[in-house]
Amino acid sequence: MNNWEYAESIESEKIVNIEKKYGHFIEGEFVSPNSKKYLDTISPSTEEVLSSISIGDEKDVDFAVNAAKEGVKQWSKTSPSERSKYLFKLARLIQERSREFAVLESLDGGKPIKESRDFDLPQVAQNFFYYAGWADKIDLAWGSGISKPYGVVGQIIPWNFPLLMLSWKVAPALATGNTVVLKPAETTPLTALLFAELCDEIGLPKGVFNLVTGDGTTGSHLVNHKDIKKIAFTGSTSVGKYIQKSLSGRDVGLTLELGGKAANIVYNDAALDEAVDGVVNGIFFNQGHVCCAGSRLLVQEDIHDVFIDKLEKRMQTLRVGNPLDKNTDIGAINSKDQLDKINELVNEGVNDGGELFQIECELPKNGFWFKPSLFTGVQANYKIATEEIFGPVLTTLTFRTPDEAVEIANNTEYGLSAGIWTEKGSKILWTADRLDAGVVWANTFNKFDPASPFGGYKESGFGREGGRHGLLSYLKASS
Amino acid sequence: MNTKLSINNTVDWTTTEDMVNNVKIDEVGVLDRVSLLATRSIKRESKLNALQKIISMCDLTTLEGEDTEGKIIQMSSKAIAPDPNDESVPSAAAVCVYPALVSTAKKTVKDSSVKVASVSSYFPSGQAPIESKISDTKFAINEGADEIDIVINRKAFFEGDYKKVYEEIKSLKDVCGDIHLKTILEIGELKTYENIKKASVIALCAGSDFIKTSTGKISNGSSREACLVMARTVREFQSYGYGMRGIKVAGGIRSAKDAIRYLVIINEELGTSWLSPDYFRFGASSLLDDVLRQIKKLKTNAYQSSYYFPRG
Repeated sequence: MNNWEYAESIESEKIVNIEKKYGHFIEGEFVSPNSKKYLDTISPSTEEVLSSISIGDEKDVDFAVNAAKEGVKQWSKTSPSERSKYLFKLARLIQERSREFAVLESLDGGKPIKESRDFDLPQVAQNFFYYAGWADKIDLAWGSGISKPYGVVGQIIPWNFPLLMLSWKVAPALATGNTVVLKPAETTPLTALLFAELCDEIGLPKGVFNLVTGDGTTGSHLVNHKDIKKIAFTGSTSVGKYIQKSLSGRDVGLTLELGGKAANIVYNDAALDEAVDGVVNGIFFNQGHVCCAGSRLLVQEDIHDVFIDKLEKRMQTLRVGNPLDKNTDIGAINSKDQLDKINELVNEGVNDGGELFQIECELPKNGFWFKPSLFTGVQANYKIATEEIFGPVLTTLTFRTPDEAVEIANNTEYGLSAGIWTEKGSKILWTADRLDAGVVWANTFNKFDPASPFGGYKESGFGREGGRHGLLSYLKASS
Repeated sequence: MNTKLSINNTVDWTTTEDMVNNVKIDEVGVLDRVSLLATRSIKRESKLNALQKIISMCDLTTLEGEDTEGKIIQMSSKAIAPDPNDESVPSAAAVCVYPALVSTAKKTVKDSSVKVASVSSYFPSGQAPIESKISDTKFAINEGADEIDIVINRKAFFEGDYKKVYEEIKSLKDVCGDIHLKTILEIGELKTYENIKKASVIALCAGSDFIKTSTGKISNGSSREACLVMARTVREFQSYGYGMRGIKVAGGIRSAKDAIRYLVIINEELGTSWLSPDYFRFGASSLLDDVLRQIKKLKTNAYQSSYYFPRG
């Protein structure tokens, strides 16, 4: 009698129209790849092939960069208020078609529709609105001294927030008068391809936005192209380092947004129930495929047992399954490769002596899945305590004093984000002051605003995206 | 009998005071959780199941100066058979009335499953000496009330006299004994989540079987955020080994959709053991009609006019 199961509530796939095969988007139209090579993009929740996308070779990239180079001529002559209009048009169109984008994002990437619908898409539209507003006010942002765009910008984006990362990069680049060659991740190209269709629909001048799909080799062609003036990359630290090496000695601008291993510090005077929710959101949001995920739980030793008990009970309520089910909290792992990597690190954690808790739930037969997991009894020298897992796996460490919390939090090569949980305002300020992290959240986590700059310390990268500072990533200093 | 508790399931004042002083709550987190839970999509058989549960958890209520015996008889018979044309529709949990009308209600519900709840303790303001509140409550019980809904002493609460709030509830629970005691916090007056949590702790420790959001007599009656805070307090209370207690949400809940959202909060925060009229109730007057309409809609695929359902 007390039993109450939620019936499936599936968002319809009918709204999306996926082509069998996609070319690159160069000079305002879709073109077949010079490489004549394609790769399949699949749905990670079913392993069903969704479409074939082109693999860009050196020539394809060259076409795109040349188109962007031509595009600069017109785009730089386009008045800032006109540029602004195009961005506003894109923002509005994204809003209008947000359900279509959201379904596509969840199909191609495996994230719950709840998140693509209520987080990704609203943020994407907001980013375009925000930078549309700046386009004719650049001088006001940083003074008229810094006002020259780079020209042709190469942008390489990851698979965790495909369209959102596109918006973080494309909107400020276009607002500041650059033209773009974008390379989306090989596992999640579909929303970027739909975005290209929108660019065509609003009549964005040819060559301003160009899209070359493919794998890592395509990306490296883009990085190494002689006419690229700036590279903006979001992804793993290892690839980031490779890009930085490739660009050394060249007059090419670079911003990197890389990995993280953020500490979520829970003091014993925190509101524990709300902290539990925040910690859950911090690590399990988007299956933990989040560069700023709160993947290290730092809990004060005297509340460890109480907190872990609450946390495990809360985790057990997470609903894992079909990303298109509106009640799904945890979707599919983005790819087989990523799942293998998570498995490897988790096995290593167990072998090192970590205690693993996984929720009880049934996983779908096909697709890539990983149960929400929590490690306790972890020591600072375990790999799971230092290496970015980029999956739904939380590791717990304990501390005794605020000093010790800060020391552990900063004891990492990364410095992207951090969280602080306490009811004492003074303790929040004391702690935040001492954390080496680009974003510090207090009594909340994963809150984003287009007006707020985002970026890392240390090996989490450099340069800022979002806000007034985000404009600087696409402007060259001159006087 | 729970060994951790004193007579009438109370927790001693020293322990209570300690708990009250340790209350911590974060508003941003509460709002986030409630808005996330509001996105749960409840369809088809799970919706039907929810709607039937809601009816079985309903305290059909009228608390007006204009209430008469006729009105109470009419409402009570509706509580027994809310939709006489559909046998799958359960009876409401109870009818909720003023003490003077308890005997009338009792005569109407007779040996059906429907209970008679009476407000007392100088509902809705509670501005009376404890002796008056006790006699008010005794009267309702003598008239045959199965359940008693009291209000906390907000005057004492805002003056910082938490002990008085506690003692009053405790002495009213003494009067009630085995009779179900629901304690109304009036969250719209308490305003902050911290106050709501403190009042919840006091009411639970003083022996209340249920904590209840509102009298329904002020404009800010119930809220899902308050329900979440109360649910978490109930959960914590249980985790200390003090047993399961119930929650009643009342005040401004008019639509089935809203009611389902409350049910989701209870389901995900407290679990399915709380999804029974023994632990969760809705106090409402017009909610029932919308729920009946939604059930008909699910079964026939058409909305029906209100005149197809008996008046309450």
